Amino acid sequence: MKVECQECGAEIPVPEDAVAGEIVTCPDCGGDFEIASKTGDKVSLKPAETVGEDWGQ
Amino acid sequence: MVEICVLYDKVRFEEKALYDKALKMGIKAQIIDAKAITISTDSKKKDFLLGDVILQRSVSHYRGLYLTACLEFLGFSVINKFKVGEICGNKLVTSLVLAKHKIKTPKTTFAFSAESAMEAIGKTGFPLVLKPIVGSWGRGVFPLRDEEVANMIVEMREENDSPLARIYYVQEMVKRPPRDLRCIVVGDRVVAAIYRYSAENEWRTNVARGGKAEPAPITAELEEIALKAAKAVGGGILGVDLMEDSEKGLVVHEVNNTVEFRGAASVSNADIAGAMVEYAISVAKR
Repeated sequence: MKVECQECGAEIPVPEDAVAGEIVTCPDCGGDFEIASKTGDKVSLKPAETVGEDWGQ
Repeated sequence: MVEICVLYDKVRFEEKALYDKALKMGIKAQIIDAKAITISTDSKKKDFLLGDVILQRSVSHYRGLYLTACLEFLGFSVINKFKVGEICGNKLVTSLVLAKHKIKTPKTTFAFSAESAMEAIGKTGFPLVLKPIVGSWGRGVFPLRDEEVANMIVEMREENDSPLARIYYVQEMVKRPPRDLRCIVVGDRVVAAIYRYSAENEWRTNVARGGKAEPAPITAELEEIALKAAKAVGGGILGVDLMEDSEKGLVVHEVNNTVEFRGAASVSNADIAGAMVEYAISVAKR
């Protein structure tokens, strides 16, 4: 499954088992996107949050 | 039937593993975006379809912490509790709690000005470790080996915009093998333990820094100290990090509130996600 990058228009591969909330990265421009929704073959993206100072464990 | 809710802000290996495991176990489960929730002082629990027990898995510490406070206000059972997150999210408070409960921990001095920080550094002696009191994945953790660099780092911290940067956490450099131990504690048992070896040209052992995981035996000593540390911070699902001090033996340096277990799951045969789901069910039934 593939989805168009909102930044550069390249194709971002989306694994079959990906779910909403997962992050995908554009192989061309390196932009990170969060999967906003995924139903059947339709995937919509939104820009991923940038890593915050309080991220992680 | 108990329903579990996995709260995320970014779905990683762990959140997916927990959700998938619950479904595989035939348990009703949902995975909900923490970023999409709003709660008011007028809100009622019945307005939120978040099941019977919530696994708080936000990668952002403060988002997870304060959302947990709101959910507890509504009457939800959240793992971990707000109070646990508050302790574990702050290295200074964690060190105090560990010391108070007589759990062996690296000797740490706290200072509240640049001048007293340099004094604490002088008394501790080089090499030592300067850590931010809030922060993760080893960010901002500096090994300091001489006064010149120490001065520069303290100067940098003084210029930082965050008031938290000016609270100094000065820790002895533990003489240890090039690894530490991560124990995954679920309720009253240690589910898995791993050694984390630091990556090349890196002294921190965080898996997020490229650290490599290897299975570690859960010895009676390790189990005892890890469970004691988990209990001291209030219990739940926790990642207890320990070092093997050549003189003091096992010392606990950190307890993680939203434990990552990708590294542990890759080398351990234990069903880590399964144990967490079972624990969540037991909490819901309480």
